[in-house]
Amino acid sequence: MQHDNLVEIEDVAFDYGARPVLKGINLTAKRGQVIAIMGSSGCGKTTLLRLIGGQIKPRQGTVRVAGESLGELNQAGLYRLRRKMGMLFQFGALFTDMTVFDNVAFQLREHSDLPEDAIRDMVLMKLHAVGLRGAAHLMPSELSGGMARRVALARAIALDPQLVMYDEPFAGLDPISLGITGNLIRRLTDTLGLTSILVTHDVHESLKIVDYVYFVSDGVIVAEGTADDIKASDLPYVHQFVHGEAEGPVTFHYPAAPYVEDLRLGGQSA
Amino acid sequence: MLKQAIERLGNRTLQGVGRIGFAIRFFVAILLHSGTAFRRFGLTIREMYFSGVQSLIIILVSGLFVGMVLGLQGYETLQTYGSEDALGILVAMSLVRELGPVVAALLFASRAGSAITAEIGLMKATEQLSAMEMMAVDPIARVVAPRFWAGVISMPLLAALFSAMGIFGGYLVGVQLIGVDEGSFWSQMQSAVDFEQDILNGVIKSVVFGIAITTIALFEGYDAPPTAEGVSGATTRTVVTSSLAVLALDFVLTAFMFRGLS
Repeated sequence: MQHDNLVEIEDVAFDYGARPVLKGINLTAKRGQVIAIMGSSGCGKTTLLRLIGGQIKPRQGTVRVAGESLGELNQAGLYRLRRKMGMLFQFGALFTDMTVFDNVAFQLREHSDLPEDAIRDMVLMKLHAVGLRGAAHLMPSELSGGMARRVALARAIALDPQLVMYDEPFAGLDPISLGITGNLIRRLTDTLGLTSILVTHDVHESLKIVDYVYFVSDGVIVAEGTADDIKASDLPYVHQFVHGEAEGPVTFHYPAAPYVEDLRLGGQSA
Repeated sequence: MLKQAIERLGNRTLQGVGRIGFAIRFFVAILLHSGTAFRRFGLTIREMYFSGVQSLIIILVSGLFVGMVLGLQGYETLQTYGSEDALGILVAMSLVRELGPVVAALLFASRAGSAITAEIGLMKATEQLSAMEMMAVDPIARVVAPRFWAGVISMPLLAALFSAMGIFGGYLVGVQLIGVDEGSFWSQMQSAVDFEQDILNGVIKSVVFGIAITTIALFEGYDAPPTAEGVSGATTRTVVTSSLAVLALDFVLTAFMFRGLS
């Protein structure tokens, strides 16, 4: 039986050393949906992706992908499950000592005994899907940032995964690449029957393509809803985020001692 | 003051011991995940090209010059005692027992060891190792172990080539330039150098050095903080630590191998 929810996160908490990053997160991703996890920089969005990928283990709570609880899997089980996942890293993380073609072919060669002819066809199909079939012979150092991310996307979908995770897919892209990448994520999700989880702080680009949004702040989910819900939301945090306002629940200043005290203008204060 | 100093000392010691523990676990992990490096030997051969073949120039040229210097200095000393015929023995023994394995290892540490650390460190910093894990490929098996075995296999071969070039250099200077008798140069060398005592022990040394250098280089790269500063610091540490390790290990091995020999 197929579970309706591909990813289920229940009451997950995680600390980096003594610093709590996530404090009880609940999140689900239904099959075929594009989910966005939003929040300001450093709020633990990427940590959440690493938890779903099983690269780190939560202090409490469970992460289930395709019905399997990651905490109960050993290394072999985890690696088996990861073949159903693809991940797009922020800057692509392409293997710099291989051509674009070999990068996309990497998993096919590692995980299958397919003849080189079949691999060639499959790689060219994936590259065609991201519009870079003509760049197959280039090295990653010869690509622009946007192209590198599209190659990484082709590599992430090479094994036809069920789940693709994107870490800041829009960061540092020009407006044209931005639109292309957004449409690509939506189109691939629909045509390949994927489930996509985006981690991003680009509100406008992601609201055009996502089905459901979670807002993370200070380690908890502060708001969630469909793209329209979010646009119409009058929660102070969401409003500040969507409209990019400097003042609101999220403050501009990093926590510090009172200004007057730091400048030693207090005089008599201890 | 004193309390703080003791705390710092304790903290450093704990960190150091912790790192040694990590390094040993890393070494064991490499050995346990070595299957791929042999099943797909092409991966290891590729790395042998990068760390071995590309070190050839520096190894061969250095070997030649070290041998030529040995020829000059050896002749100077030996002729005082009227035994310049023994120049072949001196050159060959010094190279095969000590200079070949040790100097080749020091050159290997700075040429190939530093490159390995920088490469692994940058692969980590640019998330290539994480990406590999997420693609269900174990980076220890796919990236680290082939480099380890490539280094362990290359090191004795490089040391042998270093010694061979050195002997040739000694021959050039001693026989061709100064005029030591060619027959006695080669025949004395042949009768004095023992395969087991000298050559085999030299090979064992260079295998041990190869293990030490590649393990240190790979560990420093794998453990490097993912920043420019972190990778550069790790590269420096690789050269310093592995050079010291080579010299210390050489003393220990020599003490075991050549103790009480006539």
